[in-house]
Amino acid sequence: MTRKTLLPLILLIAVPLLAALPVIGSRALVQDLFMVLCLLVLALNWNLLAGFAGLVSVGQQAFVGIGAYALYACVILWGMDPLAGLLIAGLVAMALSAPVAFFAFRLHGAYFAIGTWVVAEIARLCLGQWKALGGGTGTSLPKGAAQEMWGAETVRALIGGSKAAAVDALTYWLALALVVVMLVASWAFLRSRMGLGLQAVRDNPVAARAVGVDPTRLKALVFLLTAFGTGICGGLLFIQIGRISPDAAFSLLDWTAFVIFIVVIGGIGTLPGPVIGVLVFYGLERLLADFGTVYLIVLGLIGIAIMLFARRGLWGSFLLHTGIDPLPLSHAAPRAGSANRSF
Amino acid sequence: MIWLDTLLQGLMLGGLYALFAAGLSLVFGIMRLVNLAHGDLIVLGAYLILGLCTALGLHPFLAAVLALPLMFGLGWLLQTALLNRVLGEDILPPLLVTFGLSVVIQNALLMGFSADSRKLPVGPIEAQSLPLGPVTVGVMPLLTFGSAILVIWGLNQLFYRTALGRAFRATSDDPVTAQLMGIRPRSIFAIATGIALVVATIAALYLGARANFDPAAGPARLLYAFEAVIIGGLGSLWGTLAGGLVIGVAQAFGAALNPEWQILAGHLAFVAVLLLRPRGLFPRAYD
Repeated sequence: MTRKTLLPLILLIAVPLLAALPVIGSRALVQDLFMVLCLLVLALNWNLLAGFAGLVSVGQQAFVGIGAYALYACVILWGMDPLAGLLIAGLVAMALSAPVAFFAFRLHGAYFAIGTWVVAEIARLCLGQWKALGGGTGTSLPKGAAQEMWGAETVRALIGGSKAAAVDALTYWLALALVVVMLVASWAFLRSRMGLGLQAVRDNPVAARAVGVDPTRLKALVFLLTAFGTGICGGLLFIQIGRISPDAAFSLLDWTAFVIFIVVIGGIGTLPGPVIGVLVFYGLERLLADFGTVYLIVLGLIGIAIMLFARRGLWGSFLLHTGIDPLPLSHAAPRAGSANRSF
Repeated sequence: MIWLDTLLQGLMLGGLYALFAAGLSLVFGIMRLVNLAHGDLIVLGAYLILGLCTALGLHPFLAAVLALPLMFGLGWLLQTALLNRVLGEDILPPLLVTFGLSVVIQNALLMGFSADSRKLPVGPIEAQSLPLGPVTVGVMPLLTFGSAILVIWGLNQLFYRTALGRAFRATSDDPVTAQLMGIRPRSIFAIATGIALVVATIAALYLGARANFDPAAGPARLLYAFEAVIIGGLGSLWGTLAGGLVIGVAQAFGAALNPEWQILAGHLAFVAVLLLRPRGLFPRAYD
């Protein structure tokens, strides 16, 4: 029974605590944690891709940027509400991920990594040509747009403070909601028939095909779904940031390199890995924030060390040494006799 | 006539990209290792040459000669101490290790040399040009192109005419049988990475002599290099040269249409080639 109650229990304790933050915490902390939550969303998505589907993409910033640009187009050019724009951002990213998959899936392994990176560069260069959204230098979200979005007034009535603080709180809650949805959805997906197929392909492609799993279909599905999640996250990030440019929206460092380090440090191919990783990442950032480049060097060295000495990251090592898996993705063995009934 | 000139400039640029790519192609062909830090190692080579120039008061070409054995040593060390430990069935560890290395090198260079862009002082040769029939071409681009051909030819000779090259090919085709014949794949890999960095140093010389470079210049060079390798086809060195020329010519024509389209045109050419020929133009080995 504990296996089934643990995840809800953790969420039940952690989520209300985090949700109360805009009421009790400072605005700076809310903004910090907004960024942490968004990185966690990106990390959960990348972990699904690389850790479970075996698709090591170095180009997920493509979908962050596409989502962000879709949102800005919705708000600035067509006068839509940013919240509706978020949904469009996810849908546009998912729609564009289909032709990307058509191209990138011709490449395997390391070729795939480079192929996705090239796609992200193409998207960055193309959107830099979009003069209505500021071309290469970018543009800002109109000041009122975020402050008048659906729910902002209600939030302000709830927690008081300035209009800008209400936007911060609202985007923070949206990010938190996105994290919860991503966590629950990944857990459900990985324990579903399709998720099991995916892990079977990862562990032994030949055996998986032999029992009827179609790897390409499953991988394409994961690619499309993670593009949707990444696109929404990109839109949300740039509502809060308030200004967009091709270089910021398609930043390899911010939206892919950090995310890769988070997943690798926490434990690639494990569900709690990204959560652990983002905590370590945030701790390191606070500790080394004043040193700038040293921080990145340390991050790179930790990533290398993890790959050399503990490939499954912190969470994987914990599982290995203790043998305790509080959040198993596997199913319990069927009870005696149940096998007969299922046929 | 302007198109002929553009084509020529594109070919010259392609020579530089082929130099970026040759080392990558060698390593990739032999051990299926994708080195995401290759671009940053080229930039590191450029800074090494610059450092030797200023410290010893040497001309960049002489400094580059001094840098060659140092970079070979670095490559050997890198492979022995780091990359050999993560090579295997799983492609994730080498990808992530070289990705981490790329971030480390970039930021270490940023710390040591600041973000200012630098250039190698090659002197008057930089501005000289030769009339070549109806068009004129710069001496430096011509030298780059010639070096690219020479390097690819040299690597091919090494690969197909020497005992070391035979060991390279044997290890590439079947590491287990190669071991039975008394070849140690790991030391072969270390030599290969050393040679790759020697080629990277030659590329670094021309990178720094022709244009400005800064600590963040690596990733873009890596992409051009990779596109050249993939267009050319796995394991084919002449293919890599052809791939470099495709990217260079596409970029030159893109830039002739609109300066903002230079890089984009190169990337689009890469996508177009892959859609038509998924395994590249001249594949030698199978994945």
